[in-house]
Amino acid sequence: MTPRPVDPARDPAEPALATTVTIEFEGRRYEGVRGQTVAGILLSHDVLDWRTTSVSGAGRGLFCGIGVCFDCVVSVDGVRDVRACQRRARGGELVERQHDRLPQPREER
Amino acid sequence: MDVLVIGAGPAGMAAAHAARAAGATVRVLDASDGTGGQYWRHLPASRPAARERVLHHQWDRYRRLHQSLQSDPGVTVSLEAHVWAIGQDDAGLTVHVSHGDVDGTGQRTETLRPQRLVLATGAHDRTLPVPGWTLPGVVTAGAAQALAKGERLAIGERVVVAGSGPFLLPVTASLLQAGASVVGVHEAARPRRLAREWLARPWELVGTTHKVSELAGYARHQVRSRVPYRTGSAVVRIHGEGRVEGVTVADVDDRWQPVAGTESEVSCDAVCLGHGFVPRLELAIAAGCGLTDQRFVAVDAHQRTTVAGVLAAGELTQIGGVDLALAEGEIAGWVAGGGDPSAAHLSHARRARSRFRRFADRIEAAHGIGPGWTRWLDDDTVVCRCEEVGYGTLTRVASDTSSVGLRSLKLTTRAGLGLCQGRVCGRTVETILSAASGRGSVPFADHTSTDRRPIAVPVRVGDLARPASPDVPSPSRKDPA
Repeated sequence: MTPRPVDPARDPAEPALATTVTIEFEGRRYEGVRGQTVAGILLSHDVLDWRTTSVSGAGRGLFCGIGVCFDCVVSVDGVRDVRACQRRARGGELVERQHDRLPQPREER
Repeated sequence: MDVLVIGAGPAGMAAAHAARAAGATVRVLDASDGTGGQYWRHLPASRPAARERVLHHQWDRYRRLHQSLQSDPGVTVSLEAHVWAIGQDDAGLTVHVSHGDVDGTGQRTETLRPQRLVLATGAHDRTLPVPGWTLPGVVTAGAAQALAKGERLAIGERVVVAGSGPFLLPVTASLLQAGASVVGVHEAARPRRLAREWLARPWELVGTTHKVSELAGYARHQVRSRVPYRTGSAVVRIHGEGRVEGVTVADVDDRWQPVAGTESEVSCDAVCLGHGFVPRLELAIAAGCGLTDQRFVAVDAHQRTTVAGVLAAGELTQIGGVDLALAEGEIAGWVAGGGDPSAAHLSHARRARSRFRRFADRIEAAHGIGPGWTRWLDDDTVVCRCEEVGYGTLTRVASDTSSVGLRSLKLTTRAGLGLCQGRVCGRTVETILSAASGRGSVPFADHTSTDRRPIAVPVRVGDLARPASPDVPSPSRKDPA
């Protein structure tokens, strides 16, 4: 049902043990390991979208994975427009959904 | 610094190494926090893998290049260095860099004036729109590869891989190695075309045999893993409520047009799409480099572009893979470093370059995008993901306004004007607008393309305005965006 990390104990690449980092998103805390990106940690907990589009209000998350498409931009510690697929988590970040609403025409008086 | 190399993938690393061998001092810039580029993407230094090599081809070559660049005092490798613009003034090119966390604040800015510049900025996935492709869980083939190699994460449990080209094979292998189940690989090219292009002129494949056997190895592995590999087949619709739940696949004809009545549904939780690659041209264009008709950076036999002192190597000049990138990088670096272009030791790289260029031509002939794919679009299929512009809007505006300029069509539809600046949809938008306005392959009258992006990565105004950086350039340029 979900993206999932390779079990390090069964990984043929034999990654070193890594320290745990935790980020917060929409009131929940998500654990990952040092070296993972914000996108990687959210995905591994089955969080697939962290941006809401302006026109249709659809959810978006990872798409290109290499910093080209900007679909995954998110607010990190109050700084907006951070590509979640490129930003490595240090631990303790507050990640917030980015939703840029289109300007609405003002009501006629 | 005599030579500046932008990009630390295979081409850039080979260029830096060769420029040093020619006696030049070298600076290498890369936006990532590690060397290796997309091809040799690996776990970060904070979580090194004991057996990283099992995930890669030519890993020893990477290690040798990496160690030689690290240990050489004549080379400075600057990581997390984001080149956001290249300008020109009377004294030559200026390369504008910001240093720091990806999209962070408080970046340090720097302006470089290189004697010689090697561009090795690589390519990114080309992904054709499909109804439902904006659902979370749909990613590019490159994204699946990056997550598997860079984070040891499988994008899903039941994954569909679709598109065209040999890159689908290593992506599938990476997914399997990461523990995913790949429920199908759908290659749009039909078997007759694949056979015609792959089996023709076998003598040309001499010297590329390790590449052929690498691809055959992937294929064998996938047969053993019972991954269904279908040719002449495409994902024509993606289903789900808020996330991917399944796809419709259909046979496609020689022109990639779906064949009615062949549709079937497959349930899955992730879809990886890849229909080839687009070179990352913005810095080359900003430097003034001329392009070929196929819209790659034009280079001569010594990898020199049309701009004096600027060379290019790797996917910028043709989508050709690691071997071509390494050969071109070696030649470009040696020449940029002041080496004799006719030096005997370059003959190996020159031969490899011509072999792998023919190999790349073969792949394009076998797997190039067919014109019939637009038949799987609906009017409300989003084409420009950023501005959420639908196929119907593009075709309607193009036919209603009879506009002959790409710029005005973009401004009217807003396609390509969003966050990614047309990187994802640009080529597709051009194709659709051309077809809808009846232009065919006639270029737009304003001679613009979606490749021109004077600001190559977003840079925060505050970082530019900070008075402590005396050499901060003016972002104004003469040519229009």
